[in-house]
Amino acid sequence: MSETILSVENLRVEFETRRGTLVALDDISFSIAKGEVLGVVGESGAGKSMTGAAIMHLIPRPGRIAGGRILLGDQRIDNLDRTGIEAIRGRRIGMIFQDPLTSLNPLMTVGDHLTETIRVHLPLNRRQARARAIELLEEVGIPDPAVRIDSYPHEFSGGQRQRVVIALALCAEPELVIADEPTTALDVSVQAQIIKLIRKLCSTRGTAFMLITHDMGMIAETADRVAVMYAGKVAEIGKVSQVVGAPLHPYAQGLMGAIPSLDNEEPRLRQIPGSMPSLTALPDGCSFHPRCERAMDICRQRAPALLGAIDHKVACHLYEREEVAA
Amino acid sequence: MIALVIRRLLQSLAVMLVVSLLAFVMFRYAGDPVNQMVGAETTAAERQAVRESLGLDQPTLVQFARYVGRVVTLDFGVSYQFRQPVTKLLAERLSATLELSFVAALISLFAGIVLGVYSALNPRGRISSLLQSVSLVGVSLPTFLIGILLIYIFSVSLGWLPAFGRNGLIPVTENWSTGLLTIEGWKSLFLPAITLGLFQMTLIMRLVRSEMLEVLRTDFIKFGVARGLPRARLYFRHALKNTLVPVITVVGLQIGSIIAFSIITETVFQWPGMGLLFLQAVQNVDIPIISTYLLLIALLFVTVNLIVDLIYNFIDPRLKDAAS
Amino acid sequence: MAEASSDTTKPAEQSLRARIADNDIFIDFRRNRLVMFATALLVVILGASLLAPWIAPTDPFDPLSLDIMNSNLPPVWQADGQWPFLLGTDDQGRDMLSAVLYGLRVSIIISALGVFLAAAIGICLGVLAGYFGGFLDAFIMRVADIQLTFPAILIALLIDGLLHGMLPSLTRESSASWVIIISIGLSFWVQYARTIRSSTMVERKKDYVNAARLFGLPPVAIMARHILPNVMGPVLVILTINFGLAIITEATLSYLGVGLPPMQPSLGTLIRIGQEFLFSGEWWIVAFPGIALAALVLTINLLGDWLRDALNPRLR
Repeated sequence: MSETILSVENLRVEFETRRGTLVALDDISFSIAKGEVLGVVGESGAGKSMTGAAIMHLIPRPGRIAGGRILLGDQRIDNLDRTGIEAIRGRRIGMIFQDPLTSLNPLMTVGDHLTETIRVHLPLNRRQARARAIELLEEVGIPDPAVRIDSYPHEFSGGQRQRVVIALALCAEPELVIADEPTTALDVSVQAQIIKLIRKLCSTRGTAFMLITHDMGMIAETADRVAVMYAGKVAEIGKVSQVVGAPLHPYAQGLMGAIPSLDNEEPRLRQIPGSMPSLTALPDGCSFHPRCERAMDICRQRAPALLGAIDHKVACHLYEREEVAA
Repeated sequence: MIALVIRRLLQSLAVMLVVSLLAFVMFRYAGDPVNQMVGAETTAAERQAVRESLGLDQPTLVQFARYVGRVVTLDFGVSYQFRQPVTKLLAERLSATLELSFVAALISLFAGIVLGVYSALNPRGRISSLLQSVSLVGVSLPTFLIGILLIYIFSVSLGWLPAFGRNGLIPVTENWSTGLLTIEGWKSLFLPAITLGLFQMTLIMRLVRSEMLEVLRTDFIKFGVARGLPRARLYFRHALKNTLVPVITVVGLQIGSIIAFSIITETVFQWPGMGLLFLQAVQNVDIPIISTYLLLIALLFVTVNLIVDLIYNFIDPRLKDAAS
Repeated sequence: MAEASSDTTKPAEQSLRARIADNDIFIDFRRNRLVMFATALLVVILGASLLAPWIAPTDPFDPLSLDIMNSNLPPVWQADGQWPFLLGTDDQGRDMLSAVLYGLRVSIIISALGVFLAAAIGICLGVLAGYFGGFLDAFIMRVADIQLTFPAILIALLIDGLLHGMLPSLTRESSASWVIIISIGLSFWVQYARTIRSSTMVERKKDYVNAARLFGLPPVAIMARHILPNVMGPVLVILTINFGLAIITEATLSYLGVGLPPMQPSLGTLIRIGQEFLFSGEWWIVAFPGIALAALVLTINLLGDWLRDALNPRLR
């Protein structure tokens, strides 16, 4: 495996509320290598976006990192102060949000956005920054960038705005881009174009992506590896071919069953019964057991650990026993 | 852009026509103008002569047209109380009200925006919560009570500033004298201006604070933080400009309040402005002055709204495109 | 957000008392000491003023009870103070405590009537505009827009001037309270109309309204019996906030001398009369009515602010 850019180790995020402490993220571990796309999937509320926010120090109040480490290269970044993390944001880690309509300041031109961001991070003068902004727009596929650079956000279509947002995230050539549901707000045809763009950027620039989504189809098309999250924990993590092709965790199996497929023999989509518990009412043991068809006694008592080979791990008692036996 | 200006101008003209109809109806039908102009011992024939000389025997539409004609030439009739042309009475007092309102508006805008931004950026700070409490008190205290309190502190107890009146005037033209050129003038302006501006200031401060908090929660600010933009740049370049768009509208509308409160402030400090004149007119049912004051205020409103619309279009590119 | 949804997950069999105790608004109320204090003070002020005829030491407007020998007495804790004039007396020997209590009473009753009139006008017009839509809606809302740009004081002054211009026989003594109530009513209806209109437009499209229409109920019955109870929610908050504004408006009109006459003084009238005495050192004649007015409005505003925030969790 090539060099690791980001590694998250045993990350825990807590929210102090007047109804007690909520654990939003519990014992999250994963890593991302250079030029790799790591997909992070799960239902809304599973903690996908919280993981991205924790890396960038963007957890909303009163949340805080209560344990674990986050390493960018060799540098520990979870304990940086405000100036420390500001030097990382945009410079070494870029971030993209869900809705390109609201991600841009309506009162500034696209060019103002880009040159501003470029000049904050790189020692370029106004003219050089503008030239670079045009290059970036060209690279993300905005036609006629030298003219379009002086347009306001509302003059772009949704897909084009997301391209602009990606260009903004790439201004200072970060090693990693965290993309939080980058295509959810877009039309299906536009989604495919954005996915293609992300793949292209990975191969040409070696930028790594952490792709947060609830869309398994998109993961299958875009990601190299995938982490499945459930109720603030990683349920399964591994290569896309393994996790999508032969999922181990009953939840992951359920998710895969929820992808419609033409050559699927089954007459209708399988779905997982019930819904994810809220963080205020997590069940004891494995938090998935109330919805699991294969739940055992131990699932109700003890939470399973994330175990397995380096490139494919799962947190489920079904496999823990085999491990112990082997 | 020009099409927009013309359309807005036409709308303003329509509004002014409606208001002048209202003023005309008041002028003509609230009380009999003839009775107000002649003595008790006047004969019926003499009354009729006055009636005809005023054109009150003509059809209503003709009377309205004549009224508008007179208004356009700044002839608003004669005050019942003072037996003087309303135009002259108002012109004498225009400078007092304008100077007071202008200084008060500047104070409230400047302090309101600065304090509002500060408390939005430090929402949990000690000073911010103090400001919030003080502003609640400021909104709760009636203007006249604040004025009386200030008089008690600065005039009666400390004796630093005059308690009432407008002093230190230097005549500029026949009808216009300014108090802004002498220390004495500023001294007498100070308390009324603070009193008039305080309510607007707390209002602007609260509005700026809540709008700015709203803007700071938006995605584009979050995205700006994630891009590593420095705080100062995000706050003052991105957030403040977006905050000011709704603030401008409200401030424009607040011009009306400044005028209404100038009536109160002028009463508390016996400031010889138009508001005091209007209040005397209301107390003595001096309809020509009341209706003219109404017209004047409508004109001010329409003008301010026009300006606000144009500023709006200048700031927000989305509206520019929608208009053309 | 978590607080807002928690109510729905509570078991239904909880007793009412337990539900109130566990209700977020109530918890918030208990935690917010300032609001608790303000509410207690407000209750005291309202109670004392409404009971003024029974608890005030003297009837300040009965000329027989006044003794000029007792004029301009300072409050009892001052050197020249005398019992039973707790807060001192004015230039006619009137007991200030009694005057303040009676003044509060006048202010509160007039403002409350004005606010209720405003609510009645606003709710009627709002439901009509929301239910029928079209030209009626456009017309009512256009008038509302225009009126909203004019401050209440100015409108009230204009109405006052016009009423007296058209009805010269009207004397200030007999008509003052009605003129003020009408002025407040016509100045404050807009907010109710806007709120009620938008929720009526939502309700109008719901099935129960369609069903009522199919039964052949006349529109008036549908509006009054079916829609009205469902759109009244926000009215309480607006009432509270407007009550504070109405008291300020009434006090200001009285202060300006177009409100209540000295025969029937509200707090504003007392302050106008008392202001002259500020310069001769009798500060208490203006101070106590002023403090009473400020305390009344401030407690109402604190309660109104808190109510608005508590009922609208998004703003927190």
